[in-house]
Parts: sequence; C-alpha cells; structure tokens
Amino acid sequence: MNILKFFTAGSVDDGKSTLIGRLLYDTNSILADQLEALQQSNRKNDDGTIDLAILTDGLRAEREQGITIDVAYKYFQTAKRKFIIADTPGHIQYTRNMVTGASTANLAIILVDARNGVVEQTIRHSYLVSLLGVSHVVICVNKMDMEGYSEEVFNTITEKYKKMAAKLNLQDITFIPVSALKGDNIVHPSAHMPWYKGDSLLDFLETVEVNSSQTSTFARMPVQWVIRPQTDALHDYRGYAGRVLSGAFKVNDRVTVLPSGSSSVIEKIEVFDQAPEEVTAGMSVTLHLKDNIDISRGDVLVNSSHLPQRSQLIEADLCWMDNKPMDDSITYFLQHNSKVTKCKIREILHKVNINTLEKEDTHEFKLNDIGRVVIKTADELAFDLYTENKANGSAILIDGRTNLTVGALMFRAIVE
Amino acid sequence: MSKYNLDYLDELEAEAIHILREVAGQFEKPALLFSGGKDSITLVRLAEKAFRPGKFPFPLVHIDTGHNFEETITYRDQLVERLGEKLIVGYVQESIDNGKVIEQKGKNASRNALQTVTLLDTIAKHGFDACIGGARRDEEKARAKERIFSVRDEFGSWDPKRQRPELWNIYNGRIHKGENVRVFPISNWTELDVWNYIRRENMDLPSIYFAHNRDCITRNGQLMAASPFLNMDEDDVVTHRKVRFRTVGDMSCTAAVESEADLIDDIIDEISASKISERGARLDDKVSEAAMEDRKKGGYF
Repeated sequence: MNILKFFTAGSVDDGKSTLIGRLLYDTNSILADQLEALQQSNRKNDDGTIDLAILTDGLRAEREQGITIDVAYKYFQTAKRKFIIADTPGHIQYTRNMVTGASTANLAIILVDARNGVVEQTIRHSYLVSLLGVSHVVICVNKMDMEGYSEEVFNTITEKYKKMAAKLNLQDITFIPVSALKGDNIVHPSAHMPWYKGDSLLDFLETVEVNSSQTSTFARMPVQWVIRPQTDALHDYRGYAGRVLSGAFKVNDRVTVLPSGSSSVIEKIEVFDQAPEEVTAGMSVTLHLKDNIDISRGDVLVNSSHLPQRSQLIEADLCWMDNKPMDDSITYFLQHNSKVTKCKIREILHKVNINTLEKEDTHEFKLNDIGRVVIKTADELAFDLYTENKANGSAILIDGRTNLTVGALMFRAIVE
Repeated sequence: MSKYNLDYLDELEAEAIHILREVAGQFEKPALLFSGGKDSITLVRLAEKAFRPGKFPFPLVHIDTGHNFEETITYRDQLVERLGEKLIVGYVQESIDNGKVIEQKGKNASRNALQTVTLLDTIAKHGFDACIGGARRDEEKARAKERIFSVRDEFGSWDPKRQRPELWNIYNGRIHKGENVRVFPISNWTELDVWNYIRRENMDLPSIYFAHNRDCITRNGQLMAASPFLNMDEDDVVTHRKVRFRTVGDMSCTAAVESEADLIDDIIDEISASKISERGARLDDKVSEAAMEDRKKGGYF
C-alpha cells in the first residue's frame, strides 16, 4: 500500500468542502463522535441533511464566515491506498495557500460548477497546477444534479476546458461528472448518468500512478546532520544523515560534495540498524565516505557522473506570499533544502495575470503575485531545474526582519 | 512495486526522520515532549532511527500532572534507562505550590488545563527554542490546520491566522528571541498508522493500552478509572470492568473503552472497526466545538 497526496481547488460555492466531506463520509472515514458533533451542529443543508462541509472547516473564523482560510489536511484510507488531502481555499486572496497545498501533491482535483462551466477561477487553478508541476489533474464537473445530469452540459465544459488547457503544460487530465451533494460518481457510480463510462472519483484515486514522471533519476542528498558519536568504540564514526531527494545511491558509487566540489566513494550505507547496498529517493539514510573530507549541514552529496547546475544567478518563478510587498532593495534569506544563503531579487522579468495568463510588465510584487524573476545568491547553489527535479529545484524566501516565509521559488533556468 | 515506491509506513517514517534531523540542524536547544503515550513513544523510536549511534541532540521533557497512571511512569523510567538519554520533568504540583495556577474544584476537576502553564515555564526555564510533539492532524480539526513547524510567540500562543506557508519539504525554523517552535513530525500519521508502526517495529507500550481489569465509574457517558484523583461522591457507582485506554493523559480526563484486546493485533482490529474516534475518549475536547483551537492558542501542545 502506498500514499496518494492530492489537493482540491475550487471555492466553497463549487462544493469543494462538500466533495471532501462526501469522500470521507462514503468511505466510512467519519467516526461516530465526529458524526455526532456534526449532527448537533446548527449548520444544515436546505433539505435538513448534514452539511458535510463542516468536516473540513476547522477554525472558528471559518465556521463563522462559512469560508476556508487555511490549508486543512485530512486523511482516509481504503483497502488499496492511504490518502492525504490538502483542502485549500479557492478565493484569489488565498492563492498562496493553494500553492502551499499543491507543492506536495501528486494530484489535483479542480472543481467546476456545471452551471457556470469554465470560469476565471478554473483558469487560475489550472495555471497553479501547471506552475507547481502537479502530475495528474482531475476536473470534477460538480452539481450535475442541478443540470439534469446532462451529458451535453458535461461535454461542452470538457471541450472548453481542453481548449484552455492547451495553453498550459498540464500532464494528464481526467474529467468526471459528479454531484458531491448527492454522492454521484464520488465513491459510488452514479445511477443518474449511465452515459458516463469512466471511473468514479475514488476508483480513479485508488488506481492512478503515484510516481511523478518528473522525478529525476540523478542521485541527490542534502546533508542535514553529521552523526559523530565520538565514543571510544565509535571514535572514527562519521555518518552523513539526510533524505535522498532523487535517484539512488549505491555502495562504491563516486559522489561529489557541493559546493566544495571534493569527491569520494560511498563506503557504507546505513538505515538505522540495516546496512543496505542501495538506497533510493524518499528514504532517510546515513552515508559513509571512504575519504575524510570536510562536509557539513547545507552541503549536498550528488552522483559524480550527473552533477547539478551551479550558479549564483538563477531565473525562477516566484509566488509572493507576504502582506508586505517584495522589496528588491533588501536582502532575503533563501532556503534550498538544508542550505540557507542570502539572496536579492536582481530583476523582475514579468508578472503573470493568473486569471487571463497574460504576461505583464511590472516593477512590484504583492501578496499572491506570481511571475518570473532573476535572483542573485551570496553562495553558489547546486540545484536542478524544477521541471526535472522538484525537490532540488525549489526554495523558499524568508524575510529576516519578520522571519516569515515570504516567497516560493521554482528554478527555471541558469543565467549565464 | 517499483524501486522508487516506498510502502506507506516507510514513507511516513522517512518524512518524520527528515523532520527530526531538521530540528537538530536548525535549533540551538530543542526538546522532545514526552508524555508516555504511544505517539511520543513513536517519536522516541523515530529519534533513535534519526540519530543513532549518536546521542539524541535533545532531552526528553515530561510535564507531570501528578495524576498519572502509575504504569506510565514505570514505563517512562525504564525507557529513559534503556536509551541513556536525559529526562527533564516539569511538575504541575510545583506550579500549584508556588501559586502560578489554582487547582480546579468540583466533580469534573482536572489538571489537564494547568499543565500548559507548567509547560511554558519549563520551556522558559531551560530556554528551549523547539519542542517536538506527537500531535497528529487526524486527531482533531484545529490540529488539521497546524503546520509541521508551528511558531509560538513569547506567550506560547498559536495564531492560526499568522501561520507561515509550508512548502515542499522545506521547514522554516527561524524565530525571534523568546519565541519557540512546536514541531510535529508525525502530523501526517493516523491513529491506525501509529499502531501499525508499533506492531511493525515490535515496540513496547505501557500496559494500560492493553485490556485489563479495573475499577471504573461512569462520568458524562464515559468510563473513567476510579482513582484518588477523581472527585467522587455517593452518586458514583464503582464497577469492575475489562478496559483499555486509547490515549494516555491525566487520569482525571482520560476515559477507558471496554475491550478484550490484550494483543496488538486485537487492538488494530478493534480500531479498524471502531466507531468512536480516539479523542472522543478525551473529556477535555468536549467543552465546546472550538475547545482544542482555544487551548492551542493558549499554548497547549
């Protein structure tokens, strides 16, 4: 059994929280006391049935205002898979929350209201999915019950979406007609839409391939911590602890340490009390090298035959996440895996109007703005392009005055 | 299974180890909050996997309400002995004695709320800048929104509206002096995941997690262990039951469930079939719909 992480995009009006509530409810993932709390709550649908959206709206301000402010994580499990849902708000003022939810997702569910079809918000959500490189997209055409479960309505929306999506680099798109409120095609196939021959949403989620097609096979491991017991018995023990970002490391592989550029050979690999010959992407491991070279937190170990890019000048997509606008006169901190260095925004190339996808000239970056910039870092970064290796192609910006995370960076090109 | 495809427990474990090592790398004085419950016991196991054969880069910190299940304290002391790591205990009784908090009165009195003060004092006394906790997002809806690195201000408060975006697997642990970060490495685990992991790792647990015979009384529809810490009166009828506990907290606020499950396999079967979520057996969450949100804002775990 493995894990599928997905996020949902769409506003409350599209029935997003209802859809998640429905998935949980119909897979018996709501436990009795939560159900009891739900039934005692004053919020009911017009027909007196339980409002499933309450399950995901956690904070008091959200319940009061009937909106979703922040990312809420929900968990459920079937016989086939464990699921982690990032429930993100859909309004434009919460773009940064959606970017956050999308950054770790294998799959995105975008809700489209059958009554309204493809709207500005659909384009915005699809753009973010493409920007963050989420591997799979499911377009749930919701509220089919309010359009008489019409095949024609569904087909019109599908065609319109495909035309729009052609402009975006979306990997794999699936369309499913649903009614979250009534439960059609969420967990159980719909009796109202015999014309739809595809999977229900849950069937699809249970069987879709999890592995990202974009994950590079080149071995990378940022060093998080050096294990040095310095006891009599383990006097010379020196283990480099970290999580393999991509690819695989094998005993006897030649590795290069960046930024120093020194190189050695893997002598031994440890995973707690095991000593495997090989470790692969996703595993937290400890590596031992044959030579005693200077390595500390912030360095990255890579396979010597496939070195990453190295530069202090990088072209990147930036999503601005702070209330205070970006200031190109100050120095930010950039955190790239375990490495932290100083960083300035050298140049703004353009901003993207995320409702129309038009590129615009600008000299400012405000909350939720997304565009292309050139950054200059104090130390050289050893990175990969985001399209080839998400984990080694992304970074965050931190404002040293507030310590807040103010920007998300996706590396797109090296600047010569 | 393809070679890049980890089993779900392996993936959860690798993520938690990565988070623990980030704590070690980013903070000067971290601590691991240890309650003696299965979640913090799981954290200890993960810390062994993250740092052995080295020492833990943090002590274990236990906030002792004084209303403990004896079995938990026995377990704690044996564990610390086996690990050879440092244990720091903050006593709620001390906070009461020096007048920082006032003991609740009445039938439903509990020291659960008081421990927040003791915790914050212990953090201040030792200057901890990061506290690792075993909270999980599946436990409760306010927790479902909390970050893995969750910044607390000087007053220990959590402000849900000022949370930092947490992108990819990059954790921003930068703080101002006086602030600290609560870190939750098993945020993405469910109760069932924890039990499956305990089984897989063949871990020991305090005996109260398994079915045993105990004198109980019924309070607000819940079974409570009869103890000197519970303010009992003539209306309370003591009955002898076979029970076990799904969480380990203060004796005055942790309810038992009737159970025959005395082996871990039985517990996993029981949880898989259960219709009452784990925190349903905690009276402290039932006060209002926003009970946990309010306690977290006040500095609770």
